Amino acid sequence: MGLALALLSLAGLLLGTSLGSTGFESVLQAGHDAVAAQIVWDIRLPRTLGAWLAGALLGLAGAVAQGLFRNPLADPYLLGSASGASLGVAVMLVLVGGLGMAHPSAAALVMPTGSWGAWGLRLGVTGAAFAGAVVAVALTLALARGVQQTLRLLLAGVVVGVVLGALGSLLMQLRPDIMPALQSFLLGSTAYVSWPACALMLGAWLLCQGLAWGLAPVLDGLSLGEATASSLGLRLPPLRALLVAVLALATGTAVAQTGLIGFVGLAAPHLVRSWVKGRHSHLLFLSALMGGLLLLWADILARSLIAPQELPVGVLTAVVGGGYLLWLMHRSSGRSMGQG
Amino acid sequence: MKNIAIHADSIAAGIGNHPVLHGVSLTIAAGRWTSIVGPNGAGKSTLLKVLAHLHPYEGSVSLLGQPIQALSPRERARQLAWLGQGESSSGSSGDDLSVFDVALLGRLPHRAWLSPPSPTDLAAVEQALRATQAWDWRERALGQLSGGERQRVLLARALAVQADVLLMDEPLTNLDPPHQVDWLLLVRELVAQGKTVVSVLHEISLALQADDMLVLKQGRVTHQGACADVATHRALEQVFDHRIEIAALRGQWVALPNTK
Repeated sequence: MGLALALLSLAGLLLGTSLGSTGFESVLQAGHDAVAAQIVWDIRLPRTLGAWLAGALLGLAGAVAQGLFRNPLADPYLLGSASGASLGVAVMLVLVGGLGMAHPSAAALVMPTGSWGAWGLRLGVTGAAFAGAVVAVALTLALARGVQQTLRLLLAGVVVGVVLGALGSLLMQLRPDIMPALQSFLLGSTAYVSWPACALMLGAWLLCQGLAWGLAPVLDGLSLGEATASSLGLRLPPLRALLVAVLALATGTAVAQTGLIGFVGLAAPHLVRSWVKGRHSHLLFLSALMGGLLLLWADILARSLIAPQELPVGVLTAVVGGGYLLWLMHRSSGRSMGQG
Repeated sequence: MKNIAIHADSIAAGIGNHPVLHGVSLTIAAGRWTSIVGPNGAGKSTLLKVLAHLHPYEGSVSLLGQPIQALSPRERARQLAWLGQGESSSGSSGDDLSVFDVALLGRLPHRAWLSPPSPTDLAAVEQALRATQAWDWRERALGQLSGGERQRVLLARALAVQADVLLMDEPLTNLDPPHQVDWLLLVRELVAQGKTVVSVLHEISLALQADDMLVLKQGRVTHQGACADVATHRALEQVFDHRIEIAALRGQWVALPNTK
């Protein structure tokens, strides 16, 4: 399955790179035409690769969340962490704007590459998104008083998401200069992903994937219940904190580069589990591959559906993912009624 | 102290703000099977969790002669295995794990972090799955099993730890009579190997098959003694308001409903 996902991703990368107003020609001419090379190398390739990486981060975050909270509906979006991350970015934009950044449209999202300031800013935005995600998950858990009750957890996540989203809107009202940047951010788009953003996401993905792989036995143990996991000698409090950190870092990094893109984190692990059963060490990796694949193809679709215009990919995943969530709920309620 | 598996002194514990156990003191003999019985809400499951160091409590618990909090979680997990009640109900995230992987989780306290399972681990898992007759479906996902089959796999997970002390909360849930008898024989074999077994059972006739019995009512121990003792039978009848009667039948003790 991993191979199939990788091959489909590769096909998507090729297609994504040849998609645009100048079409595949640019790819063919990239060798001797400087403009074509720039289109392919500086715009299409990083955004296509970036879509895959952001999807991989979200898919991984979703798989970690579902294992950690032992809740098949846990998702970075539904836990409020994505809203927290976006509020963190909004706060950062306000701070950066206050420092005299003259470029309000995606000030932090399109920075000239190569300068240390740009890197610092990008890391700052990612750090703010990470901090926002951690705070949001902590708030959700505090409101839900633990992870035992699915409904409580989801409701708490929704409440936290709404409140943090409202705070973000309030910031936008108070500081209209950040509005264009924040708005494109809230819609979710890969259009501003550049090479440094790709590098950052790749680094975060490798780090998170490695950590998650190391923590996979904890998730396996937790899947049999908290008491059983403890009885197996696992020190749950620090391990759980580490898993929340992985979840927040993956979500925060993806959100900081591409904005709010929902439901990839929910759908990717579900799709994987409907095909293969197994340990979390496999599930986490395949979910990342699946997430990358999903977002990459969603991005291609968003770019080509109403070409030459572009749909924000976040809107597309929200519509498709929302339908998927409804279907899941319908299926699981039908199943539990059948059991009862 | 080698012949004492677990010693607990003045245990007080609660669920939320609700006190459940009030100053429970007990001694569990090593190499014997002790069953814990009592009416609903007596605190049996909470007591078992306290003895396994899985529930907050006041008082002291020692395991095989050592204060239990002095042991590291891994050391404790190697010496004491715990099988919870409905620890992984159907529809949980454990459903995706294979039967083999579930049993292999029992080896977690023995394995170095991220190291592949050793031949000893694999042998322990196979032995445990064969003991509960779950070896044939080791490749199947836990979610595809019936309630009774699932229970046998979870039991195998606890057996795979190969701990000296085994605590089980309602291990016969969902098991049909033949598999209940299999479980009985398995426990006798474990005890014959020198292991200590403590089980919470609501089926009194099966609980009377144990060596010793601990009777619990409203968070207090009302009696502790051998299952063959007449005093134990009287304590049992009393704790269940004389709605049951303990009688001898073909060399075994059984609980009969008292409708008089």
